[in-house]
Amino acid sequence: MRLNPRISQKIAKTVIWFAAIVVLVLLFSIIIYILSKGIPNITWQFLTEIPSDMGRSGGILSCIVGTLSVTLVATVVATPLGVGTAFYLTEYTHESIVTKIIRFSAESLAGIPSIVYGLFGFIFFVIYLKLGWSILSGGLTLAMMILPTIIRTSEEAIHTVHPMYREVSFSLGGTKWQTMIKILIPSALPGIATGIILGIGRCVAETAAVILTAGSALQMPVSIFSPARTMAVHFYILARESISLEKAFATAALLIILILIINIGANILVNRFVAKSH
Amino acid sequence: MKLKKFGERIPQSLFFLIALSALSALALITIFIFIEGVPLIAKVGFFNFIFGMKWAPSLGQYGIFPMIVGTVLVTVGAVIIGVPIALCCSIFLAEFAPRQLSMLVRPAIQLLAGIPSVVYGFWGLIFIVPAIRNYLGGPGLSILAGSIILAIMILPTVISISEVSILALPPLLKEGAFALGATHWQTIRSVLLPAAKSGILASIILGIGRAVGETMAVIMVLGNAVALPSSILDPARTLTTNIGIEMGYASGEHQQALFATGIVLLVIIMILNASAQYAIRRK
Repeated sequence: MRLNPRISQKIAKTVIWFAAIVVLVLLFSIIIYILSKGIPNITWQFLTEIPSDMGRSGGILSCIVGTLSVTLVATVVATPLGVGTAFYLTEYTHESIVTKIIRFSAESLAGIPSIVYGLFGFIFFVIYLKLGWSILSGGLTLAMMILPTIIRTSEEAIHTVHPMYREVSFSLGGTKWQTMIKILIPSALPGIATGIILGIGRCVAETAAVILTAGSALQMPVSIFSPARTMAVHFYILARESISLEKAFATAALLIILILIINIGANILVNRFVAKSH
Repeated sequence: MKLKKFGERIPQSLFFLIALSALSALALITIFIFIEGVPLIAKVGFFNFIFGMKWAPSLGQYGIFPMIVGTVLVTVGAVIIGVPIALCCSIFLAEFAPRQLSMLVRPAIQLLAGIPSVVYGFWGLIFIVPAIRNYLGGPGLSILAGSIILAIMILPTVISISEVSILALPPLLKEGAFALGATHWQTIRSVLLPAAKSGILASIILGIGRAVGETMAVIMVLGNAVALPSSILDPARTLTTNIGIEMGYASGEHQQALFATGIVLLVIIMILNASAQYAIRRK
């Protein structure tokens, strides 16, 4: 017997609304749980002292510095490569077998598990290039990981620049290079920035790839050749080895706050970009 | 004039070199993982490595079959739990949600993708693992716990890609179905979903890729025992967690065996990626 279409419509609508609500509740319950357990433990001392006794006491200043410096290296390396690739794909060539191969490589890179990046970074940067467990090794590994994100978002951003802008620039005698520097980059900037911010978010959240390449040393790093422990790695070690639940929650809460800020920033940029291009 | 042309040419070739970065990265990763891992597979024997039941690095025994089974079971579980919820969510966003609400839900789902995987693992360890232990029995650290955590983690991938593929359909399809007197749900089920099939398929394949590749969250809730699981309440080990757990102290042949595990992982992911891209292009 077939269900009455009106009843099936009602059932389907209820199920679909229910699923959406379940996902939202799940998301907020995870975030609120971590924040409520963690925020009370985030003190001034927690933010400004380096960990002592394996992380049982003290703060996480060296891990904050670790996260920031690894992320900075990754962003500085990946941004020119990613944005440059996007410009090559959109402005400097026609669709061909070469662009197909480049796009396929970027898509494939995006799918490679972070632990495989970790294995590669360990054998290539840490061992083969003799960089050791260091901020540099970790940052370079992460740069490879976020490259596809930056390529894809920049490409989309450049695509949305109205073709008229290019034509006007060319008709005024502007060269390709001038058009790019003076016209395309400024118009596509919010979109490009969104890609970079999303990349930063991935770096901050990453554990598997960083633990194998930047190490897990608790000392304050002094240069990009020092080993470092990022906040995500610190949280993982605290939680998994049950060193200190209190410090683990505080670290996780700080991570979530950071990710929240990064996501809100990306969203504001996207909305401004969308508003501008319409 | 000549100078200007020269200036234009430098960027052109420079951009080409930069554009090769993604390809070079992919090539480097593949080459180095293979160089490190292949000698061990050659030594142990391909068949013994893939189908070997015993993983005992101290005895020189390297068989990863239990981990392949672990990976497959955890992933299948994640798909069974996660995909229906994700598809409902994508239909919700594309068809049912009022504009204001979808403006709120979309960033929320993005946020879900941004939360560090270790946080999911930790949350699972606190809520899911004890719940399974108390209500269903077993140690709690189990395939089921891993599947639930991964189901949550693949939601953003499946939701966003299938939503985009539903939204990309020409409005004419929907209008035609409505004009024939179909209800909204009938339109979705018999017109929109079949038309967006390839995009939805791609989203599921990419979701599977994420589940297969996830490491840290799974380490925390799976129990990590190297034995063939006999039920979903048993602990297990996946290919990724095998690397994640042992890489910290492995050396020599043992380390090579972890790279060999990485090769298997890389090949599985490459096959999944290629089929997802094929599915996306086909439409």
